[in-house]
Parts: sequence; C-alpha cells; structure tokens
Amino acid sequence: MADNLLEIDNLSVDFQLPNGTVSAVKDVSFSIQPGETLALVGESGSGKSVSSTAAMRLLPELARTSGAIRFKGEDLLSATPKRMRRIRGNAISMIFQEPMTSLNPLQRIGRQIAEVLEKHLGLNGRQARPKVIELLEQVGIPEPSRRIDSYPYELSGGQRQRVMIAMALACEPELLIADEPTTALDVTVQAQILALLKDLQARYGMAILFITHDLGIVRHFADRVCVMRHGELVESGTTGEVFGNPRHAYTRMLIDADPHGRKAPVDTTMPMLLEAKDLRVRFALKKRLFRASEYFEAVRGIDLSIRRGQTVGIVGESGSGKSTLGRALLRLLKSRGEIRFDGSDIAALDTGSMRPLRSRMQVVFQDPFGSLSPRMTVGEVISEGLRVHHPEFNRRQREAQVIEALEEVALDPAMRNRYPHEFSGGQRQRIAIARALVLKPEFLLLDEPTSALDRSVQVTVIDLLRNLQQKHDLTYLFISHDLSVVRALADTVLVMKEGQVVEQGTTEEIFAQPRERYTQELMRAAFVDDAA
Amino acid sequence: MLTYTLKRLLMAIPTLLIVITISFFLMRVAPGGPFDGERQLPPEIEANLKAAYHLDEPLPQQYLRYMGNLLQGDFGPSFKYKDFSVTELIAQGFPVSLEIGGLAILLALLIGLPLGIIAALRRNSGVDYTVMGTALAGIAVPNFVIAPILALVFGVLLAWLPAGGWNGGALPNLVLPVIALSIQQIAYIARMMRASMIEVLGSHYIRTARAKGLSERQVIWRHAIRPALLPVTSYLGPAIAGIITGSVVIEQIFGIPGIGRYFVQAALNRDYTLVMGTVVFYGALIVLMNLLVDLLYSALDPQIRYDD
Repeated sequence: MADNLLEIDNLSVDFQLPNGTVSAVKDVSFSIQPGETLALVGESGSGKSVSSTAAMRLLPELARTSGAIRFKGEDLLSATPKRMRRIRGNAISMIFQEPMTSLNPLQRIGRQIAEVLEKHLGLNGRQARPKVIELLEQVGIPEPSRRIDSYPYELSGGQRQRVMIAMALACEPELLIADEPTTALDVTVQAQILALLKDLQARYGMAILFITHDLGIVRHFADRVCVMRHGELVESGTTGEVFGNPRHAYTRMLIDADPHGRKAPVDTTMPMLLEAKDLRVRFALKKRLFRASEYFEAVRGIDLSIRRGQTVGIVGESGSGKSTLGRALLRLLKSRGEIRFDGSDIAALDTGSMRPLRSRMQVVFQDPFGSLSPRMTVGEVISEGLRVHHPEFNRRQREAQVIEALEEVALDPAMRNRYPHEFSGGQRQRIAIARALVLKPEFLLLDEPTSALDRSVQVTVIDLLRNLQQKHDLTYLFISHDLSVVRALADTVLVMKEGQVVEQGTTEEIFAQPRERYTQELMRAAFVDDAA
Repeated sequence: MLTYTLKRLLMAIPTLLIVITISFFLMRVAPGGPFDGERQLPPEIEANLKAAYHLDEPLPQQYLRYMGNLLQGDFGPSFKYKDFSVTELIAQGFPVSLEIGGLAILLALLIGLPLGIIAALRRNSGVDYTVMGTALAGIAVPNFVIAPILALVFGVLLAWLPAGGWNGGALPNLVLPVIALSIQQIAYIARMMRASMIEVLGSHYIRTARAKGLSERQVIWRHAIRPALLPVTSYLGPAIAGIITGSVVIEQIFGIPGIGRYFVQAALNRDYTLVMGTVVFYGALIVLMNLLVDLLYSALDPQIRYDD
C-alpha cells in the first residue's frame, strides 16, 4: 500500500548482551495510515516499546536491527544520523511513560518546548515564545503565559505529560508515538489526557501509534490493534474485530484478564478486629528551629472498622491519603485519634509494646522490586521476621516454616536460596506475601500489591490472596487505585479523596450505584462498566 | 536567600564554639608548655612569663578570658613569634595559602571535569580505562608522597623549577606545590563527574532530548552537563576545605609561608594562642565554604530554593 505513513516490515531486534543475544522483537510487520490510531498491545517484555523505539532509531547501541522501517516510503534504518535528526521531533515525535522524569529538571518548560521550534523551524527564542504559549494553551495548561516559566517540579504528573505533548506537537508531526503515556497517571487524569490526544489528533490529522498494556484504553481509543507477545505479533485487526472475535488464545486471555469473581461475604456477627475513630495524620511542611510551623493534613478524621475475615478496600487517586491511612493504622506513622486492634487500644503503645503485635499485623507493599532487600536470599527475607518474633525457633524449625510459606504462595521451596533479582515481578510479590504469612498474622495491609504487575499476573495474585484469606481466616485492608481489583476482593469499599472518605458502602452498592460524583467519575475514567 | 544566608551564619556560631572549646582544653591536656625548651628557664623568669600571659590563672578563668578576647576579635599574642600577634601571622600567611589552594582547586576543575566527561562519553573504551586507571592511582598516592617526588624530579634532577621556597609568590615557585595539591582532587573530580555523567546520560530526559532531534553535542551541552555537575558541586565544599588543610603538609614540604606551616609549628611548640587562632580560622573557613557551595547549588538546581 502506497499510502501507508509508517511501514514496519519484518522487523527484528536483538540485544547483544555479555551473556548472549536476546531477541526482543522477531519478524514483526505492521503499518499505520495517515490520521489513524494503531494500538500496540502487550504485557511487559512483549517487545512493543522496543519496536516503536526502533522506528525513531533511539535504541541503545547494543541493539541489532534488521528488516525495514519505512516512513512515507523512506527507509529509516538506512537513513543518515543527520536525516534522522530532521525527522525526530519534527515528522515523528514521541511521548513517554514517565512524565515525572522525562523533562529536564533544571530547565524551564518553555525553554524545553521552544528548543524543538528552534531546532526544526529555525525560530529564535523571542519568535518561539508566543508559539509556546499557544501550544501550552492547546494542551490545557492553565495560565500558559505564566506557566511557560515554570520548572518541571512545579507541575503535577498530568501537567508534565501535557508539556511533553506540547513539545511533541510543536512541529505538527505526521506520526505521534505514545509509549504508555497514561500508565503513570491517575485514572481521572488519564481520561483527560486521552481526550486531549483525541482532540489534537482531530485538529492536526496526525497518526498515533499508541503503546499500552491496558485494553480498556485500546477499546475506546484505537482504530486498529496489534497484539504482541514475547517479541512476536500474534494478532492484528480492527478494534471491533479483535475485541469482538479474538482469534488467538493470548488475545482472549488478555481481554479476559480483568479480575473475576467476588469475595464470599462475612458473617456480620464476627467481632471487630481493627477499628479507628477520627484518625488524623499530618506532615510538617515548614520547619522552624524546633517545631513545625505549617502542616499538611494527609488524613483528616477517618472512622473505619474491619470485622474478622473481612476485606475493606480503600480506593483513591495519588495524594488521597490512602497509603498514609494504612500506615497509620499499623502505627508505622504517627497519628492522632483512636486505633483499636482486637479490642485493645494501640494508639498510645510505644515501640516496644507494639512489637509483639507486629507479628499479628503484617504488610505487603506495592513495589515488588524495591521492597525486598537485594542482598538477602529469599529464605533470609522470609525468615527474618521469625528471628524477631520466635527467637526460640532453631534453624531447622525456621527452615520448615519458610518452606511452608513458600508452598503456601505456590512457589518452589527449592528457590529459597536465590536472590530477589532472579524472580519476576509476580513471583516477588508472592515472596512478599510469604514473608508476611510466615508470622501467621491475623491482619494484612495490602498496599497496591498488584499495581506493578501485568494484568494476567494480577489475576493469579488476586486468586492467591482470596484463597489464603479463606484458608487462614485473614482480615485484609486492601489499598488500590484499581477499581476492578478492589471489586474482586473487597466486602466493603471506602472511596478517599484529599484525606477524607467521600463515600463508603458494600462493594456491590458502590459499584452498582455510586452516589457521589467523584466516585462516578472514577468509575467512568477507569472504564469499569464495560467489563461487567 | 538573604535570610537563609544569615540563618546559616548564625548556626555557625555554636559549631565554632564547640570547636574552640574542645581544641582549647585538648591543647592544655597535651603535656609540655610554650616555654619548655632545650634550655631550662630559671623558675622566676618562667613564672614571670606565665604571669604576663595569664597562664598562671586557673584553666576555666583562662578559657573565659580567651573567649572574651575572641569576641573582640583579639586572637592574642603568639608565644613563639614574640613580636607578632596571632592576627598578624594569619593575615600574613592566609593570602599565600589561599593563592595555592585556589589555584589548585581551579586546576582540579579545569582538568578533572573534562576528563570525567570524556571518560563518560567514551565509556568502556581505551580512553575511559586510561583516565580512570590514572585517576585511581592519583587517589591512592597521598600528596606527601607526590610532593617530594615532584620536588626531586623537577626541582633537583631536571632542575626545571625551584624545589622549594616562596620567593614572593613568583610563578615558578607556585607550579610544583599547586600540582602536588591538585592531583588528588583532579582524580576525585574526574571519577565523580564520570559517574554522574553516565547516570544523567541514561536518564529519561536525555531520551526526550534525543527524541526532539537534537544532535549529540546539543544533548550533552544543553541537557547533560549541568545536571551532572550537581554532585560535583556538593563535593566542592569539603574539597576546598580539604585542599586548604591538606596544604599544611605541602607548605611544610615546599617551605611556603602559608598558615598551614604556622599550624604545624605552633602545635609542636605548644604555641597555644597560635594553634587556637588557626583552628578558629580553619573552622570558620570550612563553614563559609560549605555555605558558598550550598548557595551555588541552589543557583544550579531550581528545586533548591532557600527562602525560609
């Protein structure tokens, strides 16, 4: 087809690493027509980002590329570096997943956008400025003529992504490559950015290559879909075809990967395990010599009660105070108000008196890469709590407990002598769960335990958590920004915003009939209604 | 910014007070005194001397007297250099130390930064290995080893430059001590700049800069060097302090009349007031350098604003 804007033809990318060659992309072909949106979908390691980065010729030097990438008929793989620089940021531009770190922190945003105009259109700084203000206005930055002189740190993640978009659109590109542009953003912000991209696409008539793992977005956003797995293209077609009649088993699995099932309800006569009254947490903003003079109240008077065997889901966007609340409940942060655990007041206990309780209340954190010490074997990580809480155990007893905990989370106990970096994200999260379980806790704080995982892995971790809960009669406080995960796990849900509970109720009530506008907005932005 | 600076200067007062107090009492705990020499002084003369310098008073009283004088800017007289006050000696010696130290740090930056940048850009190449290997050697060899070797080779064997002496600060006399002082700093700065440059080059905003279509040269000059300078900047405070205290040894070896030399001799001679004077002076200098570096840091990094 002559009218293809971008043609990727039998593209293969190998990385030559010291310990051998890794094929990231194998014989992939697809094309984009002017003005259309093509979604490249896949889980981590599928090669979707590598393929698109190859089109910009921005892969690291150790990558070996073969095949052809043609942009309006011109082979980009054999283009000179100088020619590539004329194309980048001009005819093809790119936005990335990490809005927080993709802008130079030491330069004003106006300068960074103007740079593209100077480079490709030959404008000088003074000529570029009105154009930059116009761009900022188009991407919805308030007060653009003042914001033009802001530094990136003065903007929120969503605003930074808008700046990236302004930069990408400065020269009115024919193709915009968007590599997971909304993954790091809150759902309501994500919805805004997607609407903005659609709007700008209509205005400029550019094509968008949209890379994502999120099928909810694809369904609403793309004209055509390519599904990638392990570096290969497994299926492609129009969005309607792929979602309506997925041919490949992997595609079906991805579409089906929204967490299913509901939690079995709990007897309402069960005693309360954890209760909080008027819980408040504040952080010092400015510090005078000895005491803080200004505070930010992250949790503003929250009441909460969890029965034995129950799961309470806390939903909210970043900055809503949900993690702070969780940590305060476990007395990992200083707070004011009442906290009762198993009937006794723990709010005033000192560190020493809290310690025996710690084995009864455990935590699993979001980041499966950062929360396990890289210098300890998995066995050491899991048994460390036993050394503290059960000093009477000898080596063999500890070993037996570690093996039991690993079997519990469906990992091979023989792997206990390996280090965390040898495991995948999903496996690490299982290790983190085993570490918590080994102490036989009654209460588990799960702080976004599935957010860093691929959808298909998420499903298995959620099943595991549900099974463990039933088997050991565990009580969960489940914190997440992901509504579909909460729906699959929680008995009751608290929706938080700016440190306060906006709405609460049983999971069914909240999902079927959200009363508050904010909750409705969250649901709409997360596309949870279509999964039902 | 101004309030911040004033606040930092105020905070320096307790720091200096602690330094002064500890050194005052440590000095007195050390055996011997300023008038012990090879020749035993007649007891009545020694008593007169002690009385003249108030050394016969109880220690707490001497301490209070010293602090009182210090508040009025009086460091007292030197016990050994009889006709000079400590203030005069420092005023004489400091410009010399400052000249050598300042030149050394300038040289270290001028050579160390480019070396680090080049090594980072040519990572894992012959150039990189050569620069980093040499730098490691530069760190490993202390300057009291380098200095005599330099003096021996260039001063004595080749006789290109004077092996020592000050000669009123003539250029040939400066060369060897400045080089000896800067070698270690060149090595540190090059290594640090390489590491931070490599980190910056791998960052997301460098990827953004490349995606804009900038040339490698533009990417490096406009987006990489300034962020990479930040860690080096925060090292400069301790480095400058290190260079000036390090010059104690260098000044001794090359026979340069800086304050470092007074410091060593004063300590050996139990010249109480001179030791105290140099300690206070060094302390104040280090505090000041750190403040300057922090202010420089805020000029480089807009996220650091000292407005409170």
